[in-house]
Amino acid sequence: MDLVINIVEQLINGLRTGSIYALIALGYTMVYGIAKMINFAHGDIIMVGAYSLYVFYGILGLPAAVAVILSIIVCAVLGVVIEKVAYKPLRNAQPLAVLITAIGVSFLLQNLALLIFKATPIPFGSIIRVPSVQIAGIHISGITIVTLVVTTISMILLTLFINKTKAGRAMRAVSEDKGAAELMGISVNGTISLTFAIGSALAAVAGLLFICQYESLQPTLGALPGIKAFVAAVLGGIGSVPGAMLGGIVLGIIESLSKAYISTQLSDAIVFGVLVVVLLVKPSGLLGKIRIEKV
Amino acid sequence: MIAVKKYQKLLINIGIAVVIYVLVMLAIQFGWVGRQLLSMIVPVCTNVMMAVSLCLIVGFLGELTLGHAAFMSVGAYSGALVSMNLPLPGWLSLAVGLVVGGVVAALAGVIIGVPVLRLRGDYLAIVTLGFGEIIKSVFNTLGITGGASGLSGIPLMTSYRNFTLVFILTLIVVVVVSNLVKSRQGRAICAIRDNYIAAEAAGIKVSKYKVMAFVISAFFAGVAGVVYAHNISILKPGNFDYNTSIEILVMVVLGGMGSIRGSIIAAVILTLLPELLRGVADYRMLVYSIVLIVMMLFNNSKFKEKLMARRQAAKVSKEA
Repeated sequence: MDLVINIVEQLINGLRTGSIYALIALGYTMVYGIAKMINFAHGDIIMVGAYSLYVFYGILGLPAAVAVILSIIVCAVLGVVIEKVAYKPLRNAQPLAVLITAIGVSFLLQNLALLIFKATPIPFGSIIRVPSVQIAGIHISGITIVTLVVTTISMILLTLFINKTKAGRAMRAVSEDKGAAELMGISVNGTISLTFAIGSALAAVAGLLFICQYESLQPTLGALPGIKAFVAAVLGGIGSVPGAMLGGIVLGIIESLSKAYISTQLSDAIVFGVLVVVLLVKPSGLLGKIRIEKV
Repeated sequence: MIAVKKYQKLLINIGIAVVIYVLVMLAIQFGWVGRQLLSMIVPVCTNVMMAVSLCLIVGFLGELTLGHAAFMSVGAYSGALVSMNLPLPGWLSLAVGLVVGGVVAALAGVIIGVPVLRLRGDYLAIVTLGFGEIIKSVFNTLGITGGASGLSGIPLMTSYRNFTLVFILTLIVVVVVSNLVKSRQGRAICAIRDNYIAAEAAGIKVSKYKVMAFVISAFFAGVAGVVYAHNISILKPGNFDYNTSIEILVMVVLGGMGSIRGSIIAAVILTLLPELLRGVADYRMLVYSIVLIVMMLFNNSKFKEKLMARRQAAKVSKEA
């Protein structure tokens, strides 16, 4: 019985981490679908979200709700600015150039944070105060409940947005065929900016949930979840929105189980091993479409 | 006439190498430079090796790897373990260490190269990054490598006192890579960069040449790692992190991806500059990231196109 409870608790932990990965992976996958590039700086947006919450709530002392909204706005604006300054001029350039620029942006954000906030981790108390729940002997912490609720709501809203609204339809059209979408009167630049804004806002939400869980701020805090979320996006099939959600949750569960039953130190290696296996066996991911490359 | 020109170029290159060697040797012998600069001589050489070997992948194969430091660490650890534990006289064990370090790193290159063959661009970059992280966590947990506290007591055999050896090794790396890219294999590698579908259609075995470039690059990174290990005599997994890989990437990018001479110059400058400008050391990484972004934006800007067009026009009018 104890073993069952233990496994269920690990699964719930995995679900919590996994839903955070899923939120981040959504940003990767949306940007990839529309701009055909991997936004390496996406992981660092998480870090910016976490630090801006710290500044607004911890330093300026704004109410929690206001601080959360402001942090999300900061990240969304940052995402759009990065796209306009660094990626837009390279839209027709070689993929290698875009990739190096994206790494440059990621590095820039990390080092700016390092200069402003220094390398020592800053302790940060969680802003979530929800009591934990005990169901049939299984302990579920308040943060887990909030994380699951918030991610579920975000994903439902995002799915509705993409499928039901005009802007969402424009997004799908641009990711299908940029030229044709432009001919139909869709503003491609506007749609790409909107995608970056939504992706970064989701990353900000993920960042807030992330630091409420780990309660410590560091300039590189976004790098590892960012990379893992990328693995999740690839696992689910990059470019596919439901795939990113599924991939994130599967990856979170794999990570939590390997941490609990194999080795804590090797869990990162296992996660990357998953990436390699997926790319070897099914490069298009669980729910992705295969693209045929033409000359 | 062309042959004469070719030899002229060769002679000039040999001349430059000899002049640099003599100058550095004189500087060491007569103490023209301070201790601080003396200690930078070998790091400059290892960085040149790293940059030139990475240039083969980034500049000529046109793929991005973010795990070059991992190859270096594989070479460094295996070479150091060999030279520390082999019951051979010092020089011989170093020689064996260099070969073993290079070969083990090349094997790592095969291991990472074969599965990632079908990947390109972003995927390859992420997998190599993940590979770097895996290597780091493995070295952190293994007992034989000393774990997180590091491997110490490596004999100091490639310090600036043995500059001749280090210089010869660096020269070998540079000569091999620059001759390789001029050879048939090198042209195949460049063809893959320019258009891999067309290259494949022309009968070039894309996978074979990709692995080849990877393995050669990894081998030299491993050799650079061994030299690095025998210069600082203590190895820690943290010395070979993501930042190191990025630093080398910046050298290649700043050197004008695909130019070996450029990579060498950039490696020398970027290694020496932070030491000379201690006061701005905090801003080093910030400046690197800005360099990456600005170089890419500049390379693809209208401004550069105009400059190139003007240069071309000037050339044409001069010839006419």
